[in-house]
Parts: sequence; C-alpha cells; structure tokens
Amino acid sequence: MLLYVVSAVYVCYLAVKGLSLPATWNALYWIILLFAAFNALSRSFQREDGGRQLYLYTLVDPRSVVVARSVYNALTMVVLSLLSLLFYTLFLGTEALEQAAIGQFVLSVMLGGIGFAAVLTLIAAIAARAGNGLGLMAILGFPLVLPMLLAVLRASKLALDGVAWSVTSTYFGGLVLLDIITVTLAWLLFPYLWRD
Amino acid sequence: MKHWWWKFLAIALLLVASIAALRVPLSPALVHVSPSRIAPGEVTIEVTGYNTRFTDGMQAYLVNDSQYVCPVRVDVIDASHARIIAEVPAGMRASMTDLVVQGLTYPGAFFTEGLGEGIERGACGPRANKLDPSGLAFTFPNRSILYESIRNLHFHVPMWFTMIALMGLSVWHSIKGLGDGSLDRDRKAVSAVHVGLLFCGLGLVTGALWARATWGAFWTNDVKLNGAAVTALIYLAYLVLRGSVADAHKRARLAAIYNIFAFMLLVLFLFVVPRLNAIDSLHPGNGGNSGFNDLDLDNRLRVVFYPAVAGWVLLGLWLYDLRERTARLAEQLDR
Repeated sequence: MLLYVVSAVYVCYLAVKGLSLPATWNALYWIILLFAAFNALSRSFQREDGGRQLYLYTLVDPRSVVVARSVYNALTMVVLSLLSLLFYTLFLGTEALEQAAIGQFVLSVMLGGIGFAAVLTLIAAIAARAGNGLGLMAILGFPLVLPMLLAVLRASKLALDGVAWSVTSTYFGGLVLLDIITVTLAWLLFPYLWRD
Repeated sequence: MKHWWWKFLAIALLLVASIAALRVPLSPALVHVSPSRIAPGEVTIEVTGYNTRFTDGMQAYLVNDSQYVCPVRVDVIDASHARIIAEVPAGMRASMTDLVVQGLTYPGAFFTEGLGEGIERGACGPRANKLDPSGLAFTFPNRSILYESIRNLHFHVPMWFTMIALMGLSVWHSIKGLGDGSLDRDRKAVSAVHVGLLFCGLGLVTGALWARATWGAFWTNDVKLNGAAVTALIYLAYLVLRGSVADAHKRARLAAIYNIFAFMLLVLFLFVVPRLNAIDSLHPGNGGNSGFNDLDLDNRLRVVFYPAVAGWVLLGLWLYDLRERTARLAEQLDR
C-alpha cells in the first residue's frame, strides 16, 4: 500500500515538478489518497474465504466484526494518509503550505481518512459478498465517498488558506457527525450481510 | 372504481397544472432599457416592455434616492416600446437611478453621472391610486433573468419531489424485505428505483435546459447539481450490484443493504451538507438568492405548483405500480 502511495506521489512529482498553487496541491493530494483508500480497503473482506468466515461466524457477534474492521481500517487510513502527506511534501515541496494552518490541515486529512474507511468498510463487505472485487467496489463506493470528499476538500482548502478555526469547525463537526452516522449504519446492517 | 380513483385524480391534476403552467401569462414588466448610463443634460431613453400595454399619456419618471425626475416627453411606439425624453439635472445623490413606467419599476436602470447633494423633487411621483393594467388577471411573476422560463418551476421541481418519494418507497420496501427476506419486497424496491431513475433523468434534463437559459451553461458546479449527480450514480450502482449477483435471495439481501446505506447517506448529503456551504449554490433559497417564500406574490406560483407536485407524485406511483406488476408477471412466466 505504501509502495502504491509513494509511486503515485513520485509520478505526480515527475509530472508537475513543484506545485505552488494551494488549490492544485490540495486536489492532487486528495486524488492520490482517494485511490489509495479504494485500493487498501478493498482487501479488508476479500481474504475471508468460506472456512475462515464460518470460523468467525461461529465465534463472534457480526457487529463486533464490523466495528473492529472499521476501527482497523480507520487506523490504516490515518497512518496511510499521514505517511502519504509526508512523502507528498517531501517530493512536491511545501510552498503551498506557507499560509496554512497546519494543525487544521492534518486534522482534515485524518478525518478524511477515517471517513473514507467508515464508508468503504461496509461497501467492501458488500462487494466481497457479491464475489466481485475492486471493480464493483469502485462503482458502489465512489458516489458514497464523493460527498465526503467534497466536504473534506473544502475543509482542507480552507485550512491551507489559513482560515480561522471558527470558520472551519463547522466542517470538522459535520465530518465527525458523518463518520459516526456511517459507522452506526454499518453496525446496524452488517449482521444481515453476514448470514448466508 | 374504488381502487383507481387516484389515477383520475393524477390525470386531472397534471392536466390542470400543466395547462396552467404553460398558458398563464407573465405579468407585465420592463425588460430592457437603453442607454445604461445617464449624464446631466437631455437623454433619450428607449424602453422595452414585456406583456405591457403602453398607451399615450401613460405615466413615466425616473427615481433617484426617492427624488423624481419628470420626462419632457413620452412617445409610445407600440404596446411594448416607448421613447422617453428627459432633462437629467446635475447633482443627484445615488449612483443608480430607477425607471418607472406605468407603475412598473426597472430597478437600477441607469448608472448616474454628475452626482451631488440632491435635486429638487419632481412633481410626478407615484400616483395615489394608479390603475394596474392587468391588476385583476392571474399571472406569473415576471422576474429578470427568469422571464418565461419561470414556468419550468412546475416541471423541474416536481421531478425531484417524485424521485425522492419513489426512492423513499424503495428504501421502505428494502427495510421490510431485510426483515422477512421476501422476494416480493425486493421486486417492489427495484421497481421503485427504476421509475425513480426515470424521474431523475427528467429532472436533470429540465434542470439542464433551465440552467442554460438562466445561468448560461447546461451544467454548473453547484451543491444541488452535485447532489443530483451523486443520486444518479448511487442508483445506477445499485442496478450494477443487482446485475452482478446471480442468486435471487442473495441479490435481494445485498441490494437492500446497499439501498438503505446509500439512501441514508444521500439524505444526509442532500439535506445536511448543503447547509454547511449554502453560499455556493445558485439555486433559489441559497446564498442570498431569493427563494420561493420571498418571491413577490408567490401565491400565484403556489396555486399551480402544489397541484403539479401532487400530480407528478401520483403519476410516479402509478408508473411504479405498472412496473411492479409487469415484473411480477414476467417472473411468473419464467417459472
């Protein structure tokens, strides 16, 4: 996964060589992260072939499985997004970050990563159940991630422009709310998905 | 008869609302004024009206910061064209001057030069009991930019109401279907989505035409347009998901789960996220644009709009009913 992100960043570096415009810098970063999220999270239910699933099914409550998966995926996405941010700034420069409120930007990156993980965990489970991998996951997941992507793009753009916390906090509040609702929905729906 | 009275109601509502939406005239308004800039001295102003009845001896005057400038002469060319010759005094206070003809105002008609401390108030202000030439007729508001396209309100908006109603119905059947695992519920849910997508397409087409006429482009980067695009993608994805699972019971379950999950997020996206960044929307009621509620004399629109919504929703339910029944018959034939 890390290799994927690093190579994506490096391709961007080869293509643009130093970005000073915050809007473009921001957009490129989120595009990389979006595709990284799809790639990383599509695997979360794929490794479960029949035997292992039956084993888990007899042992634990499906709800704890989906919550555990969501938490694990959220952690993965946070680590992944922070690492890709590190490589991104290393390769593409920090010119765009000059006026930024760094704390807010990192917060928006983390919330974005958690949000992607929250939405895509259930989608990955559905896609794996349908017996169709990354292709179906992209079709099912993209329209649901898009709203979150728009909100997070706006929030991180504001953070890059160094806008005060009082303005951006509504976005962060909205993102947290969205994450909580998404995980709750997954928690409610997953048991139906699991029984065969 | 007992069971299908509502179909007659749908036809009646749609006929009345559609004929009214297309036939009711727009109220008279001034649509064009030239020149756009006036300076002290004599100016000749060409006024174009829409649905107006200009007559000789009609009242016309300029308004600048509640001070009136009376014309030297008013020549009526025809019912919707007139030439006004006025002696503009120096020293008006506001930089924008309005034009009033026959009680119709064209706000901000002229950039005004030669500003000063104010002028003597002319003696030709609004008459106490002016007679509106169309005061008694039923008309739609005539708004700049919108003009005749305001009729589209009665077609474009009901499409989205109908779509949301059908998608809501679909989710209701999906929730019920997850509970009892019945394939009947699944068929109902997918039928509602099929018809809902039809209305989504109609909403996009009517919206694109309206956007071209008023905003200048078929598609703009607007919160509500993004919402419409996401909605269309979600339900197309729903159909793709159904297409990729062979087993009927498994398909019913997976589709129901996706339907519920997507609909809940969609509701959040359509009704909560726009509140976060409402400033960006070009749609009425957002970002300082006037909405339905503060549209002047909006009741004239409401009288047609609500029957139109009811009619289209009923038509949507009727289509859903037919779709569901043909799907059931097709299944029985396959068996």
